[in-house]
Amino acid sequence: MLAIIGAGPAGLAAALEAHKEGIKDIVIFERAKEPGGILLQCIHTGFGLHYFNEEISGPEYAARFSEAIKDTDIKLICDTMVTSISKDLEIIAMNKKDGLMKFKADAIILAMGCRERPRGALNIYGTRPSGIMTAGAAQEYINIKGYMPGKKCVILGSGDIGLIMARRMTLEGAKVEAVCELLPFSGGLKRNIVQCLDDYGIPLRLSTTVVCVHGKERLEGVTIAKVDDKLQPIPDTEEYIECDTLLLSVGLIPENELSQLAGIKIDPVTKGPVVSDTRETSISGIFACGNVLQVHDLVDFVTLESQVAGKAAAEFIKNRNLKNEFAKVVPGERVRYIVPQKVSLPVTEELTFYFRVTNEFDNMIVSLSVNDKEIYSKKKRKLAPGEMENLKIKTELFENLTSDDVIEIKVKEK
Amino acid sequence: MKKIDLTCVVCPFGCLMQIELDDNDKIISVTGNTCKRGETYAENEITDPRRNICSTVRIEGSKVHNVVPVKTSSEIPKDKIFECMKEINKVVAKVPVKIGDVLISNVLGTKVDIVATNNVLD
Amino acid sequence: MKTDIAIIGGGVVGNMIARELSAYDVGIVVLEKNHDISMETTKANSGIVHAGYDAMPGSLKALLNVRGCALMEDVCAKLYVPYKKTGSIVIAFNEEEHEHIKALYDRGIANSVPNLEIINKARLREIEPEISPKAISALYAPDAGIVSPYELSDSAADCAANNGATYIRNFEVSSIEMKDDMFVISDGECFIEANIVINVAGTHSDDIANMVGDFSFKISPRPGEYALLDKAAGYIANTVIFTTPSKMGKGVLVAPTTHGNIIVGPSSYDADEKESYAIRKGQLPIIFEKAKESVPNLPVGQMITSFAGIRAHTEGDDFIIGSSKMNKNFINVAGIASPGLASSPAIAEYVADIVKEVYPKELRRKENYNPSIKRPIRINSMSFEEKQVAIAKNPDYARVICRCETVTEGEIKDAIHRPVGAVDIDGVKRRVRAGMGRCQGGFCGSKVMDILSEELDIPVNSVTKFGKNSKIIFERTK
Repeated sequence: MLAIIGAGPAGLAAALEAHKEGIKDIVIFERAKEPGGILLQCIHTGFGLHYFNEEISGPEYAARFSEAIKDTDIKLICDTMVTSISKDLEIIAMNKKDGLMKFKADAIILAMGCRERPRGALNIYGTRPSGIMTAGAAQEYINIKGYMPGKKCVILGSGDIGLIMARRMTLEGAKVEAVCELLPFSGGLKRNIVQCLDDYGIPLRLSTTVVCVHGKERLEGVTIAKVDDKLQPIPDTEEYIECDTLLLSVGLIPENELSQLAGIKIDPVTKGPVVSDTRETSISGIFACGNVLQVHDLVDFVTLESQVAGKAAAEFIKNRNLKNEFAKVVPGERVRYIVPQKVSLPVTEELTFYFRVTNEFDNMIVSLSVNDKEIYSKKKRKLAPGEMENLKIKTELFENLTSDDVIEIKVKEK
Repeated sequence: MKKIDLTCVVCPFGCLMQIELDDNDKIISVTGNTCKRGETYAENEITDPRRNICSTVRIEGSKVHNVVPVKTSSEIPKDKIFECMKEINKVVAKVPVKIGDVLISNVLGTKVDIVATNNVLD
Repeated sequence: MKTDIAIIGGGVVGNMIARELSAYDVGIVVLEKNHDISMETTKANSGIVHAGYDAMPGSLKALLNVRGCALMEDVCAKLYVPYKKTGSIVIAFNEEEHEHIKALYDRGIANSVPNLEIINKARLREIEPEISPKAISALYAPDAGIVSPYELSDSAADCAANNGATYIRNFEVSSIEMKDDMFVISDGECFIEANIVINVAGTHSDDIANMVGDFSFKISPRPGEYALLDKAAGYIANTVIFTTPSKMGKGVLVAPTTHGNIIVGPSSYDADEKESYAIRKGQLPIIFEKAKESVPNLPVGQMITSFAGIRAHTEGDDFIIGSSKMNKNFINVAGIASPGLASSPAIAEYVADIVKEVYPKELRRKENYNPSIKRPIRINSMSFEEKQVAIAKNPDYARVICRCETVTEGEIKDAIHRPVGAVDIDGVKRRVRAGMGRCQGGFCGSKVMDILSEELDIPVNSVTKFGKNSKIIFERTK
């Protein structure tokens, strides 16, 4: 049995791919009542441009995969929580209908997605009223439940979810006073700044953060302040904004509690499992894809990554070919992380490396080297941490690669 | 002659384009775009800016859902966004609703429909 | 409504008193001004069961702390409340502080604290491997422990209610009048008549005393901030680690919680507001800095939340427990600052004795009094087989709502249907930990809201975080 944990875009694509590769016994465990994952609440369009060559909304993107699943013998068990997985591929799950269940899988694909960073982890002082929530929670209230979470709103964090929610709140009749961003640049897509903020006259306040919240019961306002280059609030730049809602869009964290329980090695930067090019984790037979592995900006790339994992898991079940020779992949100058973190040997297919840079850069060269010898380079007009980059490397460039070799990707000046 | 900067919103790359306009606001040149759609976007953005909008429509007869997500079938004039929202807020859908079902046709005479973007079957 | 005894204040001390008195054949009404019990000092508390060496010999604090500490294990067992006898240490970094812990040791001996010892550096590192190498010695109190303060409080309330006590929430006492030897307590709308009033109103106990003309004490609230670290930081402390105390409090502590998190705090200063549960600017860095003096490798980045508590501090620095000079039937239980939680089982006994003295009739013990009440089951802490049994009985225990703490729908419904059940999101969180984990309710908040709406039969948009205007969502979008 191939067990897939999560029926979001990653789990669905991985399942379909493994099915295509001839695996019949596939079970997807999903904690929500229906498949689709977080896409179901992302009702804006902008999905599918790369994969489907058209722009569709989140629910539509999800439906294309969940409808396809219906035509297969893939089993989808919803409203079910996987409570543990082990390194010998045992899964414990439970739900109301079947109670507590134990399975032994031949391979597992982790596709649990990610969650939003909460306020607690931030150093905001002040009271603890209601009206402070993650942008994703607000998105669920408006788009799924159909209730307004507030009327006058400040958003902290200019990642895509923050920007999208600024527009959603505005369209549904709320006033968005400002979107504050701690960094000197937005982590969101440029077009979202234009069509979510500029179109509605919502100010984007860069290098600004919320330092204090006010209000005893419901939020009454926030104090914002400019920050210096060490991201510390600058005295005397404080400003009070009256609002009843503070939406936090302060980062996403891959959800790896289950992975850690099984003893899977986690990359401290991506906060996802360390994987090879087949998306196999440090435990043989357990694969990972989608936001549980690395936080993506575009679902299209989640789909592609999950297909890689689905195919590899199928291969693992069919042939039990255990690849155990790897070449290391390390981030070089101006590169924050790279996925995959290792390449299985020998290289037999074109490889795609996904990476993020450390800062905003213009007119640079992305360079891939093996043992400090550049084997590939590419000009890049614009690089930003908010946009995941990829490098496709042809098989022949990695001929004769051995486990002593170190692959490095860096960004250098022209 | 006028020069303006425009960020293309056609795709997630978001090219920053420089547009040169003559005194009648006609485009002389577009640079900075990486594909042809950028030029078209610039042309439209200067003469007739349009946007897609997404929202939800009230749904009745469902045990679980209060609303069903919707989108404009193609872009509507930017200055009609809030008027269009008023129309979207007025209409009530009844189960079952399927992806692509037209919930408002020819909204505000724009020849654009408001269509459902999720299936709500019960 | 008429009753024998009215207890004003549903914090841990009020609830423990209610439980103690519910063993007798008397009518008890507990009046709580907030939407739920345990919402003030009880909620934001370090959860330490102090051993009893801090207080001056002969003080009520000394007497009741040592007794309370001795009783705590049994009370927690009866109420199924998480308790752990971790022991506590007070570290000395230099000769002067070493002298200070020797003085604390002597004080502890005078207070009859059992098993106290002064330990050397080697022993200290054995007990606490992460302790600063600069520490030279410590006072070790193996009988100190940790308890979940709100779970103790809520269970005591449930136990009292189970034995017949009536809980009235959202009753903010605005006046107390006398009518034919009875107290008439009002919140401006309703009236409760009682023979005896027990004033356990925490930071507001002086205001309540003032209502019967008793101006003998004044509460000066003293807030303090705490930071809570993720369970992943749990390795950093085995015992309750104190630095040597100052005038303003017991110093910053680093301690495990009964659920495996690490609590760091509190800061301390005098404040003028009685309910300012706000984190002050710059306080968290201060407590972290201080905590790092004792535990240098404290993983500050693991903070999952921070909160502020308020100590009901009084000038005399001792508990004020006894009949008011204005009326012997009006019993003040005030100034219950630290070690109030540790003392609470002993305070309850002590107050019951006072009630027995002033009560016009003899207090008869109920035959069917049950000092125990089970807490809602915890699926997360069960074995595979135990889970199977629980789920077979009630499938709601198989639907996980809070992922971080693995809290199921069944457990949340249990919390709502306790004798003094949860009525809001924070109440569910305190009772069964839904939303208490690392995502702090980001994912489960809306699901908890649905369950509260369903079980309490109220519209989903009238569910609150903690009552009054703390609503989460407003009107329908469409």
